[in-house]
Amino acid sequence: MDFLPGIARWLHIIFGITWIGLLYYFNLVQMAAMKDANADGTAAGINKHVAPRALLYFRWAAVATWLVGAWLLGPGFTDAFMLRNGYEGIGIGAWLGTIMLFNVWVLIWPNQQKILGMVPATDEVKAKARRVAMLASRTNVMLSIPMLFFMANGLSHRAAFGL
Amino acid sequence: MKNPLESIVGTIISGLILTVVLVCFLKNFLLAGA
Repeated sequence: MDFLPGIARWLHIIFGITWIGLLYYFNLVQMAAMKDANADGTAAGINKHVAPRALLYFRWAAVATWLVGAWLLGPGFTDAFMLRNGYEGIGIGAWLGTIMLFNVWVLIWPNQQKILGMVPATDEVKAKARRVAMLASRTNVMLSIPMLFFMANGLSHRAAFGL
Repeated sequence: MKNPLESIVGTIISGLILTVVLVCFLKNFLLAGA
């Protein structure tokens, strides 16, 4: 069973790429595309066929990434979240990832449901939801930068940065 | 002052600054006594 941590690390990277890849897609591609699509009246197609699918993989990949990450930490889980015993660096990454997961399920997804018409909302509520979802999504892009730094260098490659 | 998260460039710069701040925090506070 010595191979299990390797499997966990492999899955953590696959799910993480799916999550953060879609996060970057939303921020680098879809947000900009929606402005143009709204201008020429083609936004309905993105809202109906693209965004719901992207959000489905996005939110569940976030959960899978966190769960496999917890499995990967194993006995070090508590030390990581308590930032102690050699797990300080990876612990910062784990905290950032956890905050990002919270943003996905508590701020981004409920507001996207209003924006996409999955739950009833007035135009005023939709406008506010759009703003909250955008800022939460941008916050996650910002947090992903240090999160990935600490995931890459916080435990197995600590010596590279003297951590 | 404009919210840096309004633009992608501002978001990336904020992320890089936050990375440096957290590395300093880790080295000077969490690992200082180790």
